[in-house]
Amino acid sequence: MSTTDIAPAGAERVSRREPSAVLRMSETEAAEIGGDPDDPGDDELVLLNMGPSHPSTHGVLRLMLELSGETVLRSKPVIGYLHTGMEKTGEQLTYLQGGTNVTRMDYASPLFNELAFSLATERLLGIEVPERATWIRMLMCELNRVSSHLLFMATNGMDLGAVSMMIYGWREREEVLRFFEKVTGLRMNHNYIRPGGVAADLPADWRSDVLELIELIEPRLDEYDTLLTGQPIWRERLQGVGIISAAEAVALGATGPILRGAGMAWDLRRDEPYLFYDQVDFDVIVGTHGDCYDRYAIRLNEIRESLRIVSQIIDAMPSGDYRTQDKKVTPPPRARIDESMEALIHHFKIFTEGFKVPAGEAYAAVESPRGELGVYLVSDGTSVPYRVHVRAPSFVNLQTLPHLMQDGLIADGVAIISSVDPIMGEVDR
Amino acid sequence: MTERYGAPVGGDRPSRGQAVIHPSPSQWLDVAAAARADGFDQLIDLTAVDYLTYGADRSLPEGVHPERFEVVAGLISHERRERLRMRVQVPADDPTLPSLFDLWPGSESLEREVYDMFGIAFEGHPDLSRILMPEDWAGYPLRKDYDTGRIPVQFKAASNVR
Repeated sequence: MSTTDIAPAGAERVSRREPSAVLRMSETEAAEIGGDPDDPGDDELVLLNMGPSHPSTHGVLRLMLELSGETVLRSKPVIGYLHTGMEKTGEQLTYLQGGTNVTRMDYASPLFNELAFSLATERLLGIEVPERATWIRMLMCELNRVSSHLLFMATNGMDLGAVSMMIYGWREREEVLRFFEKVTGLRMNHNYIRPGGVAADLPADWRSDVLELIELIEPRLDEYDTLLTGQPIWRERLQGVGIISAAEAVALGATGPILRGAGMAWDLRRDEPYLFYDQVDFDVIVGTHGDCYDRYAIRLNEIRESLRIVSQIIDAMPSGDYRTQDKKVTPPPRARIDESMEALIHHFKIFTEGFKVPAGEAYAAVESPRGELGVYLVSDGTSVPYRVHVRAPSFVNLQTLPHLMQDGLIADGVAIISSVDPIMGEVDR
Repeated sequence: MTERYGAPVGGDRPSRGQAVIHPSPSQWLDVAAAARADGFDQLIDLTAVDYLTYGADRSLPEGVHPERFEVVAGLISHERRERLRMRVQVPADDPTLPSLFDLWPGSESLEREVYDMFGIAFEGHPDLSRILMPEDWAGYPLRKDYDTGRIPVQFKAASNVR
């Protein structure tokens, strides 16, 4: 029975196989296709909604799947369920407040959002950040990469039925977040990295805390290896599933572990060094097959590399200021406010009006755990950005999803969504 | 005036270390194709800016006429580790631009977002539809004449509940 016999309206759109994996169909068109659920002959092609609140879609991601039996033909990620207009909100907040806005985008790696925003602002301001502040930023970001990848390990395990991994991943991540709470006051959404430096200096005993973290996590990574990496069921579920070639990944704008998993050694930390990444030793982990297994292995080993960087930072951390002494962006110290009226006014101005940023535009990109996170800022010379655009890696990476899922099973789709590791807060913004 | 791929290069206000070119809307596709052929293999970012209420000097290079909208595309050449930014002026009375989909399929979501938020139509795009807002939404939220709404907050104990 050919598909055109089944549903009169719009069915030819479904049966006409475009040379694409993307199901380009609107809600209205999808609703028109219909079909009779009680007709036993009416089961050749099915349009199925997966999500938005499916447990394995990582937040509110919805997929429209065109299925033949259990095989996914074309698919379309439907997003926007978490859209709250954060880029518009960014146009109302001063540069100092902006950090609180962007940090809520990729909530699994908030410090990277703050970093990209601060770097773009500093590029417009033309200010230099003290060395210690830069090293602190690197330390915090690498630990954030660890916590973000641990979150991936946990959810990836959960999606594939390795429930112990879920508990282990969350457990280790919590230890990293505990350190974040000690430093920034918050487990997430820190607003710690700010234009001009960081919000506060590290606590006095940070070295022993970080060493403890490294000592705790490193052996646990070997446990994960034992638990998952060599395990036949795990390999069976991931190897050869959701394959993408390097050329495809580049064409689709994919970055981060997806691009590296396909064999493309591209990491902004090495290829366009920012902060002091050119002064530390680390390897860029690259896959060969571009499948879910490679993406898993890359993230697991990136935790090791991040810990390697962190232990170098412990030795390299200089003393000095944790934020710039540029009066333009940094308020006067508390003691000065008691002595000087001008200092009080200055302090008041910075926190009410904000500091003015020279007109112009700047783009700053960092390597977040999910890929290139960029912030494009346009300033009109006032203390509020004229336009804040965030190039969110998850948003662009989601484009690879239909290509990864095509001709696979729905069950593999779960593994694939997990391996893309989208954070919907950042996708929808 | 310096040119690259036939488009004027950004003027005295360098964009903080990144090369910028300003193709015209009619050049857009040709310049993009030339950049693509020259090794810029990835479209990393595409967005737009609505300059409706911009108070400062735009400082565009000579010969580039400022318009209300500007579409900004970021390109990467992995081989040369080089970035290039293309900025094109899009007039308010005809907000259309050829789609870059055929050169970089990765532009699909990004162009949909710009269409959704700014109402700039990309000709030749395979599926130009709203991406973040609901399909039946009216208006383009990131335009400067689109007001931010406010939801009044009501407190239980407040005596002045309307």
